[in-house]
Order: sequence, then structure tokens, then C-alpha cells
Amino acid sequence: MSAAGTYFYNIFHSLYTIFVGMKITLPHLLTRSATVQYPSVKMKIPERARNRLYVNIDDCIGCDQCAMACPVDCITIETIKSTPDVDLGLTSKNTKKRLYLPLFDIDIAKCCYCGLCVWPCPTECIVMTDVYEFSEYDRKNLIYSFGNMTPEEISGAKERLKKYDEEQTAKKAVAAAAAAKASQAAAAPTPPAASAPPKPEPPVQPAN
Amino acid sequence: MLQPPTLPTNYTVKHGHIKTSTGKTIRSEEMIVNMGPQHPSTHGVLRLEIVVDGEIIVDCIPHIGYLHRCFEKHCEHMTNYQQVIPYADRMDYCSAMTNEWAFALAAERLLKIEVPERVEYIRVIMAELQRIASHLIAVGTYGIDSGAFTPFLYTFIDREKILDLFEMTCGARLLYNYIWIGGLSHDLPPRFIDQAKEFVTYFRPRIKMLNDLLTYNEIFVKRTANVGVLPKEVAINYAVSGPQLRGSGVNWDLRRDDPYGVYHKLQWEPQIGKGEMGTVGDCWDRHIVRMREMEQSLNIIEQSLAVLPEGNVQAALPKRIRPEKDAEVYVRTEASRGELGYYIVSDGTASPFRVKARGPAFVNLSVLPEIARGSMIADLVLTAGSIDIVLGEVDR
Amino acid sequence: MEFIQTIFANELFVAVLLSIIPLIFIIVYALVVLYTEMKVAAHIQDRVAYMRTGWHGVLQPIADMLKLLQKEDIIPAHADKLLFRMAPFIAFVGTYAAYAVLPFSSIFIGSNINLGAFFLVAVGSLVVVGILMAGWASNNKWSLFGGVRSAAQMISYEIPTALAIIIAVMITGSLNLQEVTKFQDGGIGNWVIFGGPLPWNQKLMVMPFTIITFFIMFVASIAEVNRTPFDLPEAESELVQGFNTEYSGMRFAMFYLSEYANLFTVSAVVVALFLGGWSSPFGSLMSGPVWGIFWFVAKAYIFVFIQIWVRWTLPRLRVDQLMYVSWKVLTPWLFFCLLAVGLILVI
Repeated sequence: MSAAGTYFYNIFHSLYTIFVGMKITLPHLLTRSATVQYPSVKMKIPERARNRLYVNIDDCIGCDQCAMACPVDCITIETIKSTPDVDLGLTSKNTKKRLYLPLFDIDIAKCCYCGLCVWPCPTECIVMTDVYEFSEYDRKNLIYSFGNMTPEEISGAKERLKKYDEEQTAKKAVAAAAAAKASQAAAAPTPPAASAPPKPEPPVQPAN
Repeated sequence: MLQPPTLPTNYTVKHGHIKTSTGKTIRSEEMIVNMGPQHPSTHGVLRLEIVVDGEIIVDCIPHIGYLHRCFEKHCEHMTNYQQVIPYADRMDYCSAMTNEWAFALAAERLLKIEVPERVEYIRVIMAELQRIASHLIAVGTYGIDSGAFTPFLYTFIDREKILDLFEMTCGARLLYNYIWIGGLSHDLPPRFIDQAKEFVTYFRPRIKMLNDLLTYNEIFVKRTANVGVLPKEVAINYAVSGPQLRGSGVNWDLRRDDPYGVYHKLQWEPQIGKGEMGTVGDCWDRHIVRMREMEQSLNIIEQSLAVLPEGNVQAALPKRIRPEKDAEVYVRTEASRGELGYYIVSDGTASPFRVKARGPAFVNLSVLPEIARGSMIADLVLTAGSIDIVLGEVDR
Repeated sequence: MEFIQTIFANELFVAVLLSIIPLIFIIVYALVVLYTEMKVAAHIQDRVAYMRTGWHGVLQPIADMLKLLQKEDIIPAHADKLLFRMAPFIAFVGTYAAYAVLPFSSIFIGSNINLGAFFLVAVGSLVVVGILMAGWASNNKWSLFGGVRSAAQMISYEIPTALAIIIAVMITGSLNLQEVTKFQDGGIGNWVIFGGPLPWNQKLMVMPFTIITFFIMFVASIAEVNRTPFDLPEAESELVQGFNTEYSGMRFAMFYLSEYANLFTVSAVVVALFLGGWSSPFGSLMSGPVWGIFWFVAKAYIFVFIQIWVRWTLPRLRVDQLMYVSWKVLTPWLFFCLLAVGLILVI
């Protein structure tokens, strides 16, 4: 095309495309807007939504699987073994709980909402809810503590565990000494009566 | 007083002398201008140090690293390969499904896992939906760079529908943790197929509207044609990939040339820039390649939805992750921005020994000084925008 | 204006009163146009803006003004302090002075001088000085870019504006904007865009050229006001805010105000010259001094709306393309129209 031809073609083509563009935007003035007035109107969240975490602490057996699965290490769990004289009850899946949970902290500010902690839980006690409006003014408030033991209960459980452990070690020591004595007596069948060791006390039966 | 750290430039500013008519000489100097980390137009925290002579750019030096989050180091400390997937999401946050798929592919090749066919088809659907969403961001922000503020909002309305589909399936809108090693985390919900088909019928006329509003607008064409021309040889030498490479006329698409998934069973064509409005490899070519790729993605999604087989998507999830000792694998896929590759070295334990991510935006950005020399500052903004970088991928 | 003079004998008092009325108009109009721009922009983009302050946000412009009034006055450390302080006011004065010759109604014009159109073009150049000062005094390379680009742009677009004014003046025969409007009184057929009140054969021949002239003048006036597609001086995507970058608070408000006042000025000039100013399109129906104000403001407002609509649709032109459009497209076409209209009027 000659230079003059290109010149005129450019002008008219530009005007044509500009008018096409303007024709597209004008009807949008008359259509409904696509936005939603957020605090007054909230959009529906689908059922698989992954938002704030919630732990049903009564179901937790303290297996630590969720803490190990978390990629950002936002779950901190501490457990205390329970002694056989205490019945902690059953979970919803009818398994026996054997651990106290003094500390179950989720730092929801660190959480990356990936959902990896939900899958390995054997009792499905950790779930992702659909709550997404949980901002706080202080960052410390974003560390959610799900453990529900009072300090007295915690110290009481620790005391019982310590006592039980001591009893068990004492029992084991006594049993080991008795076993050693029995094997020594078996190895040397005619010991002098004067140097016979004192008879050990009978073991204490634990109350059931 | 603390001084901010100065990054070294090995550029010395040239001085010139202009003789005026009265006989005096005026000293002229090139100016070093900073298009700093905070700028409405650099698509993230990218610092461009530009040496200008008037309005013509003499040199352009990109400084990156403002978004470095030690992705590769984190991977070495994960408990197992599965935990890497949320981190891989966050590299290219505009296109998370393709990141996850590339890593899952690499791990599956390392662990020698075969996934069921349903998983492959669903992965293709998700990746193509994600490609459309990512190109919508690219096109929308490119409009803003050139001054048209409206197409951005129209593209985001369409993107909302895609994100609704994703949220329905896996619960998250942007960072999914959906494509797992050996399968997927959830199967498709009951309403997914119908809603996806609705989306396909809804979106096709929107592409035409976007083309009318932005792509074929003469002002936009004048701004982008013959600007930032990337010749074929330069593109290949710099290892550019993705829509940028195809915009320069190179017919190379990893979905066809190094096939993975079920792409070889579907009918689609890679789109190539032909220099319709200017030279081959200018900004307009890259833009139209992205628009046409969105159409092709719609075709792929339609075909996949029609032939989706039944199956259990969690059948092949490994119970224990036990790779071979001293095994290594490099897998590359066609992400939205180009060739995304993961190189994994394992030492026999459940967590990788070393993961290296080859981010396409990082490599594509390296070509910017080459193509920006000689253009004007207004052109630099459009050139950088047409490369379509996401700083999460550049810096990892 | 004369009858106001008969009420108050003091001439100085009358002059001050007449100069305050456009200022009040500018402030009220700025609030209205701010709201219009935000709402029109929002609805074009399929969203709603401003729903909280007042019903559907009508009180938002007042809130914006209050916010700008109470902001801290920040002047960069190495800025040229005198120029930095003076720049917004010079830009505003340039815009405001143009209101002196706008014929709001048959009885109200700030200053009924015989050189109205010429005065407009002259005073519009003051805005260029203000912007250049702002760009230089900010001690910021990006602002400097914006200021220099803007100076080049505004100077080159004054030529098509002046040429279009000449064409309208040729048809109507007077530079006094009030006379021009009175010339077009009497219904839509008498408007200059349709050829003016000439005999029908001349009118038919002149009409295509006046339509082209009107269109070119509108485009040139968008460029004068620095709005997209010609908004390179304040290109948000490239230069953050161009020459405005370092301004905050009331100084920024001055620039903003002068930009919106300029919008109205150029629309008003286009309306006064080509579309009959304050005259009603229906001839004697709905005409009169008070109706005049309504027609004038309404017609100018339609063009303000069109400028807003164009802004939110089109991308922006690069500097050299801007210059190309002005010097190689607008000016030659206007010269051609000038020649054609002159010949037709003579023959």
C-alpha cells in the first residue's frame, strides 16, 4: 500500500477499533456488578474448604502424626503417659486413650492451610473448618491452645507417673535381684547355711 | 547513620559534550534511574536499574532476590517428599497446579510409581484450568501496564469462576496441595463436571471480547508491535521457553515434544507467533500466543471431560516413601510460563537430599537486557510485562 | 452581569463577587465529578465503589477532601522549595482564569471581553509552566520525566485546539464567546457543528468539515487535560504518579482540582463553540437565562462523561506516538478543514 494509503487506513482503522472497544465497555454500565458487598453479604463456602483448624481434644490419642506431617512445624504436642490405675476413656472410634495431653498448641499464624495434618489422624479429631474471619490484634492470641488440663491436673498426672515409674523400677530391681539370686542358688547348690542371704520379701501385688 | 547497601553495577556512565551555537559546551550525562522494588509495574519486587540517555535505554540491569525464600533448602529438611508439595505451590503462586504436577512427576519417576488413568486426566484438566487462570492474570496486568485499566477486572471475573472450581475440589483457591505423589488428595466432587462444562461455554465468548477490547485495539497494537523483539536465535541461546519462545516463532511445546500425562491422546495445537502486526517475536506476538493458548486449553478441557475414565484417585499413593540410594531424576513440564523442571537427588531416605527447581520466569527474565537496549522507557515497561514474570518463581 | 452591577454600585465589589462564583462552581462541580468518575469507572469494571459513606457513597468526595486537607505537608529535603510550593497554585490559576470567559448563561459571563477565545488559549499555557515547575522542583528523576513529557505534550496539542477555535470563529465571526453563543441561538440547526445559521447550500457543504473539526477539537482537548489515552505525564504504570509523585495533602489536592476543573473548561469550550453553549436545542422551548445555565452545564457534563468513559477503555499512547498524532494527523486535517471552510464561506 502506498504511504498515503497506509496513512488513511491507519487513521480509520484506529478509530474503528477505538469505537469497538468503547462499545464493549458502555453496556457494562448497565449490567449488575460482579462484586459482593462483603461484610453484609458473605459468599457461600464449599464443604471441602480449608480454613481454620479445630481439634476435638477429647478424641485425640496423642499419636503426634499431625505434628510430624506438618510442613511448617506449627503443631506442638506434649504428652504424659497415664498410669494403669486411671481410665482416660474411649475415643469416638472406640480405641482406648492412654496419654494425657497437657500441651496441644497450634500456631495458626504459621499454618499454611495445606491440610496435611488432617489425613494421618486416626480418630479424625483435627479438622479444617470453614471459619476464615479470625484475625486478632495481638499475635500471641493466634497460638491456639487445645490442651484442657489445669496445672494441678498436669502436676498430678506427672506425680502419678513418677510414682508409678518408681514402683515399676523398684519391682524390676527386686525381680532382677530375685532372679539373680535364683540363678546363683541354682549354680551353687551347697552354699554354707551361715552365709545364706536373707530371704527376700514377697513382691507387692498392685491393686487392680 | 546506617547506609543502605549498594549493589554493585559494573557500568560507568558515559559523558558527552554538546557544543551550543554560542560556542560554549554543555556537558551531558547518561542518567541511572531505578525502577525500584516497589513499582506499580514490575509485577512484583523486581529492581530494574536502567541507564538512560534522554528517553532511550542504553542498558538495563535487573536485580532480583527480594523474594528469595529458600525453597530448595527447605526441601532438604522435610520429613518426606509429600511435605514438599505445599512449598512447591508457593513458588509460582499464580500457577500452583503446574508446579505441583511437575514435582509429583519427578518424585513418581524417582519412586517408580504408575498412576491410574483417571488421575492423569484430572491432572490435565486442573493444569489446563490453571494455565487459563495464569494467562488471565498475565493478560490483565499487561493491559494495566499499557494503560487500559478495565480488561484486568474482566479477566479477574473469569478467574473467579476457575478458582471456584478449584475451591470446590480441594478446598483452597490459590495454593492447593492437591496433586500428590502417586495421585490426588480428593476425587472430583459431584458437581465439578457440569460446572466445568458451564465454564467452558461461558469463557469462549469472553476471549473474543477481550480480544476486541484490548488485543486488536489499534493503540495497543501500536504500543506493542515491533517492541521488544526477541529474535529466534537469541531466544534459543538464552534458553527461553513457554509462550515467550513460541512468540518468537519457535514451534516447541513440551506437552507435545517431551510428552507427559495424556496430552498425546488429545487434539490441540501449540500456538506460534507469526508477526501478524509487526515483526515475529515482538510483544504483540507473545500476547496473542497467550490469548490463543487459552482457547486451546479450553479444547483440551472439553475433550478430557468427555472421556474421563472411572477409577480411584488414591489407589497409587505410596504407603512408605523409599527411593533408591543415589538416584537422581530431572523432569520438565510445560508450566504456564515455560519449562518448569525439578532435579531431585535422593540419598535413600524419605526426604530428598537435594532439590533444584528450574524456574521458567528466572530464565525468561535474563533476556530482558538484551531486548530492552535501544527502546524507550515506556517500551521497557511493556517488554518486561510481556515476559510475564512472577517473582516467586524468579527468586524461589 | 450588568443587572448585578445595578444592584451593587461598587465596581470592585462586583468584580470580586463575579470571580468568586466560578470558584464556588468549581468546588461544587469537583465534588460531583469525583463521584461520577469513581462510580462510572466502577460500573464499567463490573464493580461498585463507595457504598459506605452516605447512601451509595455520595458523601465520599467530601470525605476525600477532608482527608486531603488534614494531611501532613511533606516537602522532599532537596527539593527546590519556592518552585515546589508555587507549582500547584500556578497550575490552578491557569485553569481558574479560563473560567472568566466561559458564558454560563445569557446574563452571566465573568468578563465579557472581545478576545475570549484568544484569552483561553493564552491562559491555558500557564498550566504547562506549573507542571514543568512541579516536575523539576521535586528533585526526583521520575517526576522530571513526567514534567518534561507533559510540557512537550501540552504545547503540541495547543495548535490543534487553536486551529479548531479559528474555524469556529470564522463561521461565527467573533472571538467573544458570548457572541458566538448568541450567534448559535435558536435551535439545534443553528449550532456550529451543523454548520451554523448559514444558507442551506453553504451549510451542507460546511457541515462535514465542522463535524471533523469538532471531533478533532475534542481529541485535542483530552490531550490538553492529560487524560488517557494521553496521560503519559502521570502514567501510573510507569512513573508512579509522574510529576505528582512528591506531592501530598493540599498541594496534591490543588493539582487534582485543577485537572478536574480543566476537564470542565475544555468541555465547556467545545460546547460553547460548537454546540450552542447555553442555547436550548429546541429553540424557544426551555430557553431563558436560568435554563441557559442548565443547558450549558448539562452539555459540558455529557462531554466530561465521555472523557471519563474513554479514560477507562483505552490504553495509553507513547510519547512519540502522541507527537505523531498531534503533528501529523490532527494539524494537517485541521489545516485542510480551515482551507475548506474558508473557501466555502467566501464563495
